Amino acid sequence: MSSNGTRPRIAVFKFASCDGCQLSLLDAEDELLAVAEAVEIAYFPEASRRMAKGPYDIALVEGSITTHHDAEAIQRIRRQAKTLVTIGACATAGGIQALRNWHDTAEWVRLVYAKPDFISTLKTSTPIAEHVPVDLELRGCPINKHQLIELISATLAGRKPNIPTYSLCLECKRRGNTCIMVAGGVPCLGPATQAGCGAICPSMNRGCYGCFGPMENSNAHSLASQFRVLGCARDEVERAFRSYNGWAWPFRRVFEEVPRS
Amino acid sequence: MRKKSYRLDEKGLDALIAHLREQGYQVYGPKVEDAALHWRPITGCADLPRGWTQELAPGRARLEPDNSAALFHHWTCAEGLKAVLHLPLVRIMAARRDNGWFRILDNPPPAARCAFVGVRPCDLAALAVLDRVLLGDRYADDIYRARRQGAFLIAIHCQRSAPTCFCASMGSGPRARSGFDIALSEFAEGDAPEYFAEAGSPAGMDLLEACGAAPAPPDWSRAVEEGCARAAAAQTRRLDAHAAPQLIDALFDSPHWDHVAKRCLACGNCTSVCPTCFCVNYEDRTSIDGREAERWRLWDSCFTQSFTYIHGGSVRSSVKARYRHWLSHKLGRWQAQFGTPGCTGCGRCIVWCPVGIDITEEFRQLQLSAAAAASFATKD
Ligand code: SF4
Ligand code: SF4
Ligand code: SF4
Ligand code: SF4
Repeated sequence: MSSNGTRPRIAVFKFASCDGCQLSLLDAEDELLAVAEAVEIAYFPEASRRMAKGPYDIALVEGSITTHHDAEAIQRIRRQAKTLVTIGACATAGGIQALRNWHDTAEWVRLVYAKPDFISTLKTSTPIAEHVPVDLELRGCPINKHQLIELISATLAGRKPNIPTYSLCLECKRRGNTCIMVAGGVPCLGPATQAGCGAICPSMNRGCYGCFGPMENSNAHSLASQFRVLGCARDEVERAFRSYNGWAWPFRRVFEEVPRS
Repeated sequence: MRKKSYRLDEKGLDALIAHLREQGYQVYGPKVEDAALHWRPITGCADLPRGWTQELAPGRARLEPDNSAALFHHWTCAEGLKAVLHLPLVRIMAARRDNGWFRILDNPPPAARCAFVGVRPCDLAALAVLDRVLLGDRYADDIYRARRQGAFLIAIHCQRSAPTCFCASMGSGPRARSGFDIALSEFAEGDAPEYFAEAGSPAGMDLLEACGAAPAPPDWSRAVEEGCARAAAAQTRRLDAHAAPQLIDALFDSPHWDHVAKRCLACGNCTSVCPTCFCVNYEDRTSIDGREAERWRLWDSCFTQSFTYIHGGSVRSSVKARYRHWLSHKLGRWQAQFGTPGCTGCGRCIVWCPVGIDITEEFRQLQLSAAAAASFATKD
């Protein structure tokens, strides 16, 4: 219950994305009824035909900005939202579609679409925070539904949500995992990646893919050098960092000689 | 207590473990799991890592096949005993609101008493450090105390050292002197290992007697001393902890910290694996309907931004400041605070650092930079 006794109004918006993050809310089967009782889902086209007007207490924003229309819409959403929370790698870092930022988008459009004239797009895919101020980020590709539920319960209780920004390794070690990087020589992005997923990949003997994006003070450069020591070719290292969160500056800068102005 | 030593074979060791289990202990030992050694519940010698040894180097750990019948041809588990005694994640409180009432819920009943087989001398030393930190002051840690108090410790002296071990210079190994109920030494030349077992407490002696252990041959004790002395002499890494407190204060502004910070990932693997790092954080969790609340305690690390977050920001916002803090506390300020260094020389932080940062090497470089600064000053 929010401070004035009414249920907080939540809205879910979508830009360029696969919908996987907003589905995490519908996927939270055990908590869904409790959520629906405790908050007012005012706007969530994926789940309900009801489309109530703002202002909203929390706007959950999925997806990256890839068109002129997006760039205008996000400004309107910001004006209607007390708290704006970006959810998922697309919204927080530009997503996998930000790979086009390193290429000629117009040429790709010509290659992919039969009638390129119908396509109106920006040259880049950029995170929401490059357009409007963002209050909180939920990372991941997709986000972890427990973090989403945590955000909602913390808001309802009036406390700060427990969303750590430190490395995945701390979570991995608390689970008692063997470090696959040290014990197996497997390149793992965990030491440069933000915790929050529960260390799913290392727990399954896979290197972390970095889907939660750069952690606080991410020293991706040192980790990239270590990947080379472990025997990765330069382009393999580049591919490892340049995926879902490749456009996030701490990952991007490893391969960009010219510093951002 | 009268010092008594015994001779055990593998059957005898199995009998010790069985006895402990009958007495209600959960017995832990080093066990191979996911390509590394971990402290896991065991039921007998069959669970111990026979046929395996370790290759340990900065940023690198491998299990290697070992052509021997020995059960203890390895060194340290990936984690210290704190993983069992100072839990990484523990619920410390739960409450529920019902019809206007606020009710504190029971915590789960205390776990069974723990016994550990194959505790290395460095890890015994780490327990002494943790005891001082968590139990040695007015405000003791009850969760640790509950698990630690009933713990039964069967140590193993090291007659070989790993390249990353530096316990000899820290005075914590390779031979255990105290803090155990029983200390074993392994002789595994033939196809059946044998053990020289020293009782370190009345409970240890009772257990050995109850298992009908025979007295040890007179020359075994000397053989163990010699084996441990060889292990100590073979250590190539060392650290001069006595020099640390003074040096650390003088080197606050050393450029060497920038050098380490270029490599350090602030990932916190070193603090997670260090058997004496004890810091924790607390998290409150609430249910969506607002009826249930829980408080959890979880391992924290001085390498995180939130660790020193106070009003307005983090005190140690750079990686450099965090590495400097970690090394300075571990080696230097810990001595003023608790009377010993916080490092036992186990080498885990060297092995499990993803980029192989080596505390002994960093400390050596700091000493060199101090020496260089001193000679520069005298030339002035
Ligand atoms: S497996 Fe990856 S995430 Fe886990 S501790 Fe090792 S480097 Fe960190
Ligand atoms: S600082 Fe490193 S070597 Fe020293 S006790 Fe901790 S993990 Fe072991
Ligand atoms: S540091 Fe010393 S006591 Fe610890 S495993 Fe190595 S030799 Fe044994
Ligand atoms: S010293 Fe190594 S293990 Fe420790 S935080 Fe730095 S990179 Fe991680």
